[in-house]
Amino acid sequence: MTAPRTLFEKVWDAHSIVSREDGQSLLWVDRHFLHEGSFNAFDQMRARNGAVARPALSLAITDHYAPTKGRDSGAGDPAIADIMQRLVVNARDFGVPLIGLRDSRQGIVHVVGPERGLTLPGLVIVCGDSHTSTHGALGAIGLGIGASEAAHVLMTQTLWQRRPKLMRVCVTGALPPGASAKDVALAIVARLGADGGRHHAIEYAGDTIRALSVEGRLTLCNMSIECGARCGMVAPDEKTIDYLRGRPDAPEDFAAAADAWALLPSDADAAFDREIMLSGAEIAPIVTWGTSPEDALPIVGCVPDPAGMQDAARADHAREAIAYMGLHAGQRLQDIAVDRVFIGSCTNSRIEDLREAARVLAGRQARVPGMVSPGSGPVKRQAEEEGLHLIFIAAGLDWVDAGCSMCVGMNGDLVRPGERCASTTNRNFKGRQGPGSRTHLMSPAMAAAAAVAGRLQDVRPMLTGRAC
Amino acid sequence: MQPFTILTGPACGLAQSGLDTDQIIPARFMKRPRSAGYADVLFHDLRQDPAFALNDPRHAGAVILAARRNFGGGSSREAAVYALADYGIRCVIAPSFGDIFTANAAGQGLLPAQVTEEDGEAILAALADERLANVDLQACSIRIGVRAWAFNIEPVFRTKLLNGWDDIDLTRSCQAAIDAFVARDTATRGWAGRKQAVLF
Repeated sequence: MTAPRTLFEKVWDAHSIVSREDGQSLLWVDRHFLHEGSFNAFDQMRARNGAVARPALSLAITDHYAPTKGRDSGAGDPAIADIMQRLVVNARDFGVPLIGLRDSRQGIVHVVGPERGLTLPGLVIVCGDSHTSTHGALGAIGLGIGASEAAHVLMTQTLWQRRPKLMRVCVTGALPPGASAKDVALAIVARLGADGGRHHAIEYAGDTIRALSVEGRLTLCNMSIECGARCGMVAPDEKTIDYLRGRPDAPEDFAAAADAWALLPSDADAAFDREIMLSGAEIAPIVTWGTSPEDALPIVGCVPDPAGMQDAARADHAREAIAYMGLHAGQRLQDIAVDRVFIGSCTNSRIEDLREAARVLAGRQARVPGMVSPGSGPVKRQAEEEGLHLIFIAAGLDWVDAGCSMCVGMNGDLVRPGERCASTTNRNFKGRQGPGSRTHLMSPAMAAAAAVAGRLQDVRPMLTGRAC
Repeated sequence: MQPFTILTGPACGLAQSGLDTDQIIPARFMKRPRSAGYADVLFHDLRQDPAFALNDPRHAGAVILAARRNFGGGSSREAAVYALADYGIRCVIAPSFGDIFTANAAGQGLLPAQVTEEDGEAILAALADERLANVDLQACSIRIGVRAWAFNIEPVFRTKLLNGWDDIDLTRSCQAAIDAFVARDTATRGWAGRKQAVLF
């Protein structure tokens, strides 16, 4: 009888080609996603006269620099047009499949992978993007890697990794109305700290997680990197299989694949190096107040007071974050006025996210400008079939095309210096959304509420009488 | 890659936690090719503040940085390592690092030296008076003046840095094992492959 194993160990073991005495293993990579920023990896490969070992297991997608407006006339900035073109040329030169800017399937790589059925339980998936942890929602190991590692994967279809330690984050109890997967993710990051998950692979478990839809799990696993974890995973179940069935790139022999996936969940007695418990019933809508995703509090709270912090380094961080954010200690979070909202990014741009935002915005007006960027072309078309775009437009928000957009501002969608943005993205780092930008992270429903109120606002009273 | 053994040189303390890769190099500078150099954009936005430590002429020519916890967290951008390396930084000392950052650093000859939070504070305090630091990767030690501290590093990264090794050559030597794995894997996990006919 074999020893009980976790989900992570089963997937890891199935991909381990050789293990070195020093503790690193050479892993087989099932899917390698690339984007415009991958030009460094292609350049490194070119410098070695290398070739792509398995082009069919690679997929390049235009997302980081994709214009979200006026796309048909291309990018206005020649440097942005150039970096998008470099991806096209690299894909062509090296025989890598490409979903380019004008492809109807174009979108954010972490939205497109699951949506196409390219992301599957039991796979090892890598991408030169830290939010590759997203793919773990389907029971895959999703690893963000650097350019040199991406060049290595291109040339060998393998990656050297030390097996991370195992952490189970168990969330139990029904989420209260108004709380979503994003709030669970922020609660976990606040609990663990922005580096509390480092060297660990997280498995999210418990009935709160089981009750989340696959899209909610994608949001949750997406944020694993915000507590520094190497990856985050949810065991595949009936919801996972139902989600994948019929997807364009799902396996042809789906029944055989589903049988294999049924064996993946952690064995009952499998051991974890660390276990964390959270009560889902106590998770309220959360916003961030500072410049790290760990600076997160329930919306009913106040900006913390650094003077009351025991740890000097943490007090220094809080002081500096409060100054950068233009806030003061003790200020009620609901009194913070915002200048704009952004609904989108690989964290919260899927159809359920847009429905959640539309539920709040229907029949209401935004007091501040804002942008809604769906995660992919298919998400955009689905939203338009459902008429969600009409709700956003009627509220006064811009309805734009798919891409990473204002999460990272690479395409020119920027929050201006000193402006404050209520954002469904994943990082509130200084300058993340543009030089001098101030970001408050929250769920799509909370961002919609902030749009209507013109300030951070508890969404719960705004949901009264609205269907779930 | 240039091997890393012992480094002695000017060291600069940055008493900040969470110096994420967006701070090390803001996203808008990442369009440039590697050959263009990234030294001028290291900590670009933080350096707009005249009080930022690296702006102090006393720290000109720094080759070692010391910072607080969670250095290099966030984005996987290897450009953060390029910016540090092009500026001349060969070692960063901190109580914790982003996992992806440490892998990127080790691959580019930059040493991520992990110390305890307590030692990290002592090192920052020491650098307020002393300008030179010595980092010995064989001994895994940091010396500033008469004081010394131990640091941790993932053993594989240490070996790579000491020897200037490159993973690709090592992996090529495993090709037979890779081929055997693929043969076995195709038979047992046929569903995991991609339909070759799918063209994008």
